[in-house]
Amino acid sequence: MPVKDLEQLFQQKIDAEVKIEPRDWMPDAYRKTLIRQISQHAHSEVVGMLPEGNWITRAPSLKRKAILLAKVQDEAGHGLYLYAATETLGVSREETINDLHSGKAKYSSIFNYPTLTWADIGAIGWLVDGAAIMNQVMLTRTSYGPYARAMVRICKEESFHQRQGFESLLVLSRGTPEQKEMCQDAINRWWWPALMMFGPSDSESTHSEQSMRWKIKRKTNDELRQNFIDMCAEQVKILGMHLPDPALRWNEARNHYDFGAINWEEFWNVVKGNGPCNKQRLAARVQAWEDGEWVREAASAYARKKQSGNKAA
Amino acid sequence: MKQELINYILHLADNALILGQRNAEWCGHGPVLEQDIAMTNISLDLIGQARNFYQYAASLLGEGATEDTLAYLRTEREFRNCLLVEQHNGDWGQTLLRQFLISNFQQLLYTALQTHKDRQLAAIAEKSLKEVTYHLRWSSEWVIRLGDGTRESHERMLKAIDTLWRYTGELFEPAAYETACVQDGTAVSLATIKDEWQHKTGEVFSEAGLPVPENIFMLTGGKMGKHTEQMGYILAELQYLQRAYPNAQW
Repeated sequence: MPVKDLEQLFQQKIDAEVKIEPRDWMPDAYRKTLIRQISQHAHSEVVGMLPEGNWITRAPSLKRKAILLAKVQDEAGHGLYLYAATETLGVSREETINDLHSGKAKYSSIFNYPTLTWADIGAIGWLVDGAAIMNQVMLTRTSYGPYARAMVRICKEESFHQRQGFESLLVLSRGTPEQKEMCQDAINRWWWPALMMFGPSDSESTHSEQSMRWKIKRKTNDELRQNFIDMCAEQVKILGMHLPDPALRWNEARNHYDFGAINWEEFWNVVKGNGPCNKQRLAARVQAWEDGEWVREAASAYARKKQSGNKAA
Repeated sequence: MKQELINYILHLADNALILGQRNAEWCGHGPVLEQDIAMTNISLDLIGQARNFYQYAASLLGEGATEDTLAYLRTEREFRNCLLVEQHNGDWGQTLLRQFLISNFQQLLYTALQTHKDRQLAAIAEKSLKEVTYHLRWSSEWVIRLGDGTRESHERMLKAIDTLWRYTGELFEPAAYETACVQDGTAVSLATIKDEWQHKTGEVFSEAGLPVPENIFMLTGGKMGKHTEQMGYILAELQYLQRAYPNAQW
């Protein structure tokens, strides 16, 4: 069948809400877009372990330490399912990881910001996981089957993390003056980067239009961002804190909150590698991988020995 | 008697907490994602065990003691963990060897503790045993895999044994509070589990092709609050927020 007809059939399936599965024919560009997006998502989970992991050994109570460990462990689990989803598209985990280490593949820029105080752990849960969920809930209905199914599982855990993050901020917001200050400061520092997580405005976004047509995405960056702002503007009241945006106000006519201008120059600089922690995050991943090389080699050498031993017996 | 029992429970709790804290340092830095998850899981189990022991000790202590006052507001000299658990992670091989040596010990200890007369302690031991049995299986497999893997991994395991073996003697040297509890029937006599520990260690080392060291001078003191220099740094990190913001709730 000519490619043009295959493409037409493919689009018909998408339009009819039939999920695309690994063995189905798909346009190269669809496959490439998915590989880029899913592996980027997997890397974000794994790199995202670092800023939060930064506070595990210093968590302020045994309960908080256990919650944080469990959370970071969940992120590693998400990384695993997503690498597995990438593999269904014909790229090995090793190749995908090499692309991260060489700098070819990206991960969410939010993880290039530092976690400076304990309150950052709560703010990441509330704002960063909150923003991620907006995107991920949409992705549970994405057109590629394995990605959609991985997302269903991930979303359940992420909403749990978000509630835990919010609860942790709530405790700070009702605590001592120092804790309140720590809480507001973390919100101030994470708010704008969290808004940038949705990506550039629709008018500037290079991949958006085609991804919408293929139903990889179902809402635009700006729609998702607006939903997130509307949600947080209400939730912050429960904390008795404020969002660091003097332009934030309810607009009756739009039925949405208006908000101030996002600093896209900062966004693009962090994407290009100039953020506060880009170098450290990547270096930590590369080092873990290099330090672990002898362990992986020993494990495969041992497995080969066992296998040939079994054959000989 | 009560003070001895509290000290014994704190000793069990401190062992679990400090090892859990050390293992947690690996989170996000493991050699492969699956093992990063396994290590974090063990860390979580150990912190869970520590919490159970601390909560019990706090209930016996009264006067406002909680799991957190015990973990966060005692000093180096008041911690009663063995020296082995506070040692640096080193490489993956050293961490795994430390885990194996301790899990082997904890598995035997908790098995015996299950039938002791203090019912609360027996219940915690029973609950922890399921976890520790898995830790032992997992760490044994790794010691074997690395001992019998490549030349490099074998060399690294020899180095790990050289670093850690000197701290294993303390596991079987009863502290005064322990001896008192053994007489009272609330602690495990270490002499009764030593042979089994040596047997299991010998079995795993032999399969790994690793030698069991002999005539090594053993370093002790942790159980009586005399630690290695590393302990102060572990607590500085662990206790930082509670020390910097006294009386805050988190």
